[in-house]
Amino acid sequence: MTPILEVRNLTKHYRLVQAVKGISFSIPTGICFGLLGPNGAGKSTTIEMIEGIKTPSSGEILYKGAPRGKDFAQQCGIQFQSTALPDFLLVREVLALFHSFYDKTLAIDELVSLCDLGEFLDQEANRLSGGQKQRLLLALALINDPEIVFLDEPTTGLDPQSRRRFWHLIDRIKKQGKTVILTTHYMDEAESLCDDLVIIDHGTIVDQGSPQSLLQKHLPHRQVSLHTDSEIETAAITGEVSFSPGVVTIDTLSVEKTLQELMTFNLDLSTLRVHNPTLEDLFIKLTGHALRD
Amino acid sequence: MRKFWALFTARNMEFYRDRAALSWAFIFPLLIIVGCALVFSKPDQTLIRLGLIGEIGTYNELALAQQNYVEVTEYAAPERALEQIAHHQIDLLVEREAGGYRYWVNPESSPGLAAQQLLRSLDSDKLLQEEQLRGQAVRYVDWVMPGVLAMNMMFASLFGIGYVIVRYRQNGVLKRFQATPVSALQFIVAQVASRLMIVVLVNGLIFIGCDYFLNLLMLGDYSLLLLIALAGALSLLSLGLVIASRTASEELAGGLLNTLTWPMMFFSEIWFSLENAPGWIQSVANVMPLTHVVNAARAVMIEGAGFAAIAHHLFALLVTTVICLLLAARLFRWQRE
Repeated sequence: MTPILEVRNLTKHYRLVQAVKGISFSIPTGICFGLLGPNGAGKSTTIEMIEGIKTPSSGEILYKGAPRGKDFAQQCGIQFQSTALPDFLLVREVLALFHSFYDKTLAIDELVSLCDLGEFLDQEANRLSGGQKQRLLLALALINDPEIVFLDEPTTGLDPQSRRRFWHLIDRIKKQGKTVILTTHYMDEAESLCDDLVIIDHGTIVDQGSPQSLLQKHLPHRQVSLHTDSEIETAAITGEVSFSPGVVTIDTLSVEKTLQELMTFNLDLSTLRVHNPTLEDLFIKLTGHALRD
Repeated sequence: MRKFWALFTARNMEFYRDRAALSWAFIFPLLIIVGCALVFSKPDQTLIRLGLIGEIGTYNELALAQQNYVEVTEYAAPERALEQIAHHQIDLLVEREAGGYRYWVNPESSPGLAAQQLLRSLDSDKLLQEEQLRGQAVRYVDWVMPGVLAMNMMFASLFGIGYVIVRYRQNGVLKRFQATPVSALQFIVAQVASRLMIVVLVNGLIFIGCDYFLNLLMLGDYSLLLLIALAGALSLLSLGLVIASRTASEELAGGLLNTLTWPMMFFSEIWFSLENAPGWIQSVANVMPLTHVVNAARAVMIEGAGFAAIAHHLFALLVTTVICLLLAARLFRWQRE
């Protein structure tokens, strides 16, 4: 099946910097695809080249197997990392303004309900709270009922509650069968929302796959830790055992097997913790630095 | 058309709801007009204003020209001087002729008749030929008013469109529009149309208000004045678009706009005539669209000029508009580079 979007050897040069260095990937229809990387990795530049906002220095971008046509703007929805809206317009007026730009549109009432805008429809758009504004911007991205939606760091700067609410909205969009392309530097966001992702650093793709497959590939071990002062015979444990005062940590490929082995020591397991590696761990392993460095 | 109308309406609402900007659009010109009315209501202290055609050195024998209480103005050609006699801006105009002098007086001007009596008394030994030229008095406020309105139009057009587009580019509104099917042309035309309507409407209201309070002289056709306002505003808006076409800093835009407006304010004959200024200043002034707006409006208002008389000004404004629009379209960027 032809991917909805395919990117081949995409590059972007600025005067002194090469922001994107030959990136290639393809995105099947109907998934949430993530571009994960720290600030300045080249995520936004990549997504803006795909959106048609920036011109690539070289490379190819195919939408449904063909170069994007002039009507690509009619078919995609875009939410930028930060956007202001015309001053003094109410939320309902902003929706009406953007509604007039497209040939095919969703009914405004439907958008209001989908993005939970009802409570602030008559407020000035530029005076909304962070979470409310992001929901309005998402509604603007969905106003033309697009098949593909680009979300560039949509939850940056939001409080945890607003972020969760936004994730819920993205889930709703995914359930409608739309393809979502998301850039983020939040690991939990990528893990929660993305079906497939690329990890980008310094303008290149470090690796690509589903969050689970990437973790399984690069970080197959789980860490089991236990607070105890008892002696543990390391030979009886499968995996690498390390000790720090009062804490035993075991790197294991099988949590079940490790638990069975620990139970043979008759220990109090109430303080036992299992740490699953995260994308943050993966990112550090792959790039040698943390995502927010 | 749907996109244009939506953008046009949105921009109008934005202007209407920005109460501070809306108030200032009316208060600023009114302050200038009230100031002018107060300053220039004081009667002229000069007793006699005498115009001489040709160099003053050739009038050594004319006794009236040698009096301390007489203010003399030289005119290279008679056309402008005759206009000023008709409008009571000089009291007497004298031209040297073979064997004597020819003079023009406006019989509706009391100072003119007094100056005529003085001439006949002081230079009774010379051959004097009288010519009469009638015309309504033009106060300074009548003369300056077209300029003040044009100046207000200049500020409203240049800063109105320039700042808005630069601010939109700076805060990302333009980038958001770029991501929609709206074309740059649709966006620009909507902005220009909205501002054009606002500028002409606001200036029209100010004109009506000033006419009510100052009883302005209006000898020409109101439809011509509207045509000048539309052509003038359009040329100034186009000029503002060039400045705003890719600037992303309000400070830079402010500097560039001031660089444009200040010379126009001084050299477009808003406050004083440039007829005695050096040729190069007049040439520079002729390139400025405001000069053509002011001169055309003044010709219609205080001279009753018709379309043919101001056609060259309208043509200059049209050329400015076309050049600036082409330049702006070529330079325009949605985002900072």
